[in-house]
Amino acid sequence: MTTLIIGGGVVGLSIAFGLLQQGKSVLVLDGGDGDFRASRGNFGLVWIQGKGVDCPSYSNWSRRSAGLWPGYAEDLKKLTGIDISLSQKGGVDYFTDETELKDRIAALESLKQAVGGDYPFEVLDHSGLKKLVPEIGPKVIGGLYSPMDGHVNPLLLLQALSSAVRRLGGDLRTGAQVVGIEAADRAFSVRLANGDRAEGEAIVLAAGLGASELGPELGFKAPVRAQQGQVLITERLPFFLNYPSGTLRQVNEGGVQIGASKAEIGADDREDLGTIAKLARHAVDVFPHLAPVNLVRSWAALRVMSPDGLPIYQRSTKYEGARFVTCHSGITLAAAHARLLPDWVVGSNQVPDLSDFSEARF
Amino acid sequence: MSRDIYDIAIIGAGPAGMAAAIEADRRGASVVLLDEQPRPGGQIYRNVGIATPRQREVLGQDYAKGDALVTALERSGAKHLSDITVWQITGTGRIAYSRKNQAEQLEARQVIVATGATERPVPLPGWTLPGVLTAGAAQILMKSGGLVAEDAVLVGSGPLLYLIAAQMVAAGSPPKAMIETQTGSDLQAAMKHLGGALRGWRYLAKGLSLIAQLKRAGVRRYTGAGDIKVLGSDRAEAVSFTWKGRELRIETDTVLLHQGVVPNTQITRSLQLDHRYEEDQRCFVPVTDTFGLSSSPIVSVAGDGAGIGGAAVAALSGQLAALGALHRLDLITNETFETSSAPILETRAKELAVRPFLDRAYPPSQQTLKPVDTTIICRCEEVTAGDIRRYAALGCKGPNQAKAFGRSGMGPCQGRYCGLTVTEILSAENGISQQETGALRIRSPIKPVTLGELAAYQEEEHA
Amino acid sequence: MFTPLETASGRQVTFNFDGREFTAQEGTPLAAALLGAGVSEFRSTPVSASPRGPFCMMGACFDCLVQIDDVTVQACMTPVRDGLVVKRIPRPDVSAEPHDSAPQGSENSREALRA
Ligand SMILES: Cc1cc2nc3c(=O)[nH]c(=O)nc-3n(C[C@H](O)[C@H](O)[C@H](O)COP(=O)(O)OP(=O)(O)OC[C@H]3O[C@@H](n4cnc5c(N)ncnc54)[C@H](O)[C@@H]3O)c2cc1C
Ligand code: FES
Repeated sequence: MTTLIIGGGVVGLSIAFGLLQQGKSVLVLDGGDGDFRASRGNFGLVWIQGKGVDCPSYSNWSRRSAGLWPGYAEDLKKLTGIDISLSQKGGVDYFTDETELKDRIAALESLKQAVGGDYPFEVLDHSGLKKLVPEIGPKVIGGLYSPMDGHVNPLLLLQALSSAVRRLGGDLRTGAQVVGIEAADRAFSVRLANGDRAEGEAIVLAAGLGASELGPELGFKAPVRAQQGQVLITERLPFFLNYPSGTLRQVNEGGVQIGASKAEIGADDREDLGTIAKLARHAVDVFPHLAPVNLVRSWAALRVMSPDGLPIYQRSTKYEGARFVTCHSGITLAAAHARLLPDWVVGSNQVPDLSDFSEARF
Repeated sequence: MSRDIYDIAIIGAGPAGMAAAIEADRRGASVVLLDEQPRPGGQIYRNVGIATPRQREVLGQDYAKGDALVTALERSGAKHLSDITVWQITGTGRIAYSRKNQAEQLEARQVIVATGATERPVPLPGWTLPGVLTAGAAQILMKSGGLVAEDAVLVGSGPLLYLIAAQMVAAGSPPKAMIETQTGSDLQAAMKHLGGALRGWRYLAKGLSLIAQLKRAGVRRYTGAGDIKVLGSDRAEAVSFTWKGRELRIETDTVLLHQGVVPNTQITRSLQLDHRYEEDQRCFVPVTDTFGLSSSPIVSVAGDGAGIGGAAVAALSGQLAALGALHRLDLITNETFETSSAPILETRAKELAVRPFLDRAYPPSQQTLKPVDTTIICRCEEVTAGDIRRYAALGCKGPNQAKAFGRSGMGPCQGRYCGLTVTEILSAENGISQQETGALRIRSPIKPVTLGELAAYQEEEHA
Repeated sequence: MFTPLETASGRQVTFNFDGREFTAQEGTPLAAALLGAGVSEFRSTPVSASPRGPFCMMGACFDCLVQIDDVTVQACMTPVRDGLVVKRIPRPDVSAEPHDSAPQGSENSREALRA
């Protein structure tokens, strides 16, 4: 039995990797070089604090994934030799506004209660934070530290996944744009832009923003929209920053990454000066010593967003064997997708409870 | 922050940009010309306004021709912003640039991109060693450093290589040797374009006279050389190569590389204009009409940035681009537009006649188009040709995926010196045309800018 | 090696690179001034610590990078001025992963938090 996976981003490849580890046969179809790819443009956080403030089960699911991350990274390294620079020493969020900090503390407190108390984080005032991160500037009034957070090199992750899928015997076809699907229970045939076809007994739609078009053919609503995020990267610097934050992290090559903005402007992935300037201001506010540092590149990428921002895991009600997966935080959730989703995809018994994430909520 | 609005903004003050600015100003448009260099001239006429008699003597007649343009520009009413770095242009004609470490911007109704060419990458073993420069760099050092390379070895092919060698001879410092990659069969293939080239006979005559000068000066030439390597541990020490079945080695601490020039497409790519792969010149060029108008109705491209044609063609195409822009802005009548452009179009066609011959006679060498696995192709991130081939085996079809996998094109040069090579390698590995393989997406800033400068930049609120 | 075309006629100024004093004609591109003084290595790469120097002289290759007033600039695009102090770029420590090179390990940071 072959499972077709449409989409070779971090979501599709993680599921493919997990299925292959279980000995399943997998064919991944991935689009062209110029497609929108959140997997290439993302910030690289394995981030927990603040996630799922209104949805404790999302918080739990993310946390479960973070817990699985070390093993997942280890598996990838063993198989491919690629060290994807996972670091989970905790993360810090910086605040320059008193009210924002207070609001965030309140949100985290209530989430902590909702998940039963096991939700470690600490509130730091300016001087407390300065002990942890001596480079902060006077505008930073305080911050939140949580040992749950971490980061990874998302591009190495993508490379390791591509390599791992091939090494485990998976078929990964790139430049394979799916343009149509003929579906029946446990019999799926997809048509590619170049006229080729591919067949499988199961199918996972993990096509990021491409899902909204293909979804209905498999009986999914697939209500995803693009949300633009811009990111800046500086020249390489000597290492100084031990902890990532939601907006600033020093990547393993030395550059400081700054981001990401949020803009509801549709499928537009062009960067703009106003946003670049805003991100630069934020960086210099938090770390004044970055003022003379060169920005070498910026980019805009498109987040794959469901209406409430939470993941969607949906079995087709129309065709047996069809699944739809999408999420915003595909890096954070990659480990769960590789380790836990395969059971849900093949439909065996020990499935994770994903009922909170069905499409029925829309 | 208020910003200035111009009829026409021109990026690049080489022959194309200067000619465009002069033409547009003469016909009543408000014009701004932006350039990174302190003085107008571009690469070819760099510093001509302040050149010493000795520099003029060494660099020759063609260099001195720049005087006329520079003088006309200085007399014109075009505003010339020198010493500035453009780091973003938007599709709406907004131009952001740095001046004296301050972010500024202006706006234009029509934009003419005249950013010229860069030298084609020459990925050879050892090409990253100190002491290895491009031949063009050696020429720039004569123009704006007052320096000439001593006992240098020139490597590669193309008309410019002979010109630079002859200039070095005139400076009293002839190259130690020229290791040339073009072969007899390249010349044969070129011969069928000779008929057309004869229309541009002056260029051919000039080329032959340069070669004769080198011969007179006793410069040793090795044509049809292969397997070229720059040797050295911390800097260039020697060049080795094969020639007529023999292995040769020449000691030198200065190696000057050249495989022709290619359009600098950083700005046109950042604007996401349409580009096409030009088989004859083996590079991407922006798609333009006869007047240089690109796929954007407000952006034209003039000069080598629109396809390699040389200085004379660049100046003519600058004029044409200006006429086109003036016409679109209704600053000249239909009739003026047509009568003014007709003779320029005719002259340009004559000037271009020699190109097909030159392209065939001096193609980039196979060694640099298909570097061996161990050769570094991305200088910034030190990615090798073998790395790119490995990514191709992982399913990588285009340079953007290769960039994500291995960082080629992510360094400060943003793919200026690896982009074309990556496309060539992927195209060969995947059996897909260069056009379909595509090119790197170029993002702002086109050149690095400090966070402090950006942070200080305040945008007017959107209405 | 690069040698002068003629005896310089313009104003001579002094500048400092990596602790050494140099003289050059005012306004000459810094990269040219250094090449003329026999310096062809300006930096070592962040990836493999290999030596690099100017390659294109036209602001395209970024191999001539140096630091002036803590800002990384292209030496080929920077005119020499009197008293200019030019430094080599500090290199990120390539041998260490960020989490290994961290001055404070996670234990330390926990301590810092408690303090
Ligand atoms: C700016 C930004 C910052 C982010 N930061 C983080 C972060 O710090 N941490 C985190 O966990 N997450 C982050 N994310 C989110 C994360 O990147 C995404 O969740 C994840 O990449 C989504 O993966 P995907 O596979 O669904 O989509 P994509 O990566 O977009 O992949 C979709 C794939 O489907 C292919 N495709 C589409 N249509 C077709 C078709 N018809 N036929 C064949 N193939 C098709 C495309 O070619 C593409 O490869 C960020 C996202 C953005 C934009
Ligand atoms: S030498 Fe190439 S950018 Fe300065």
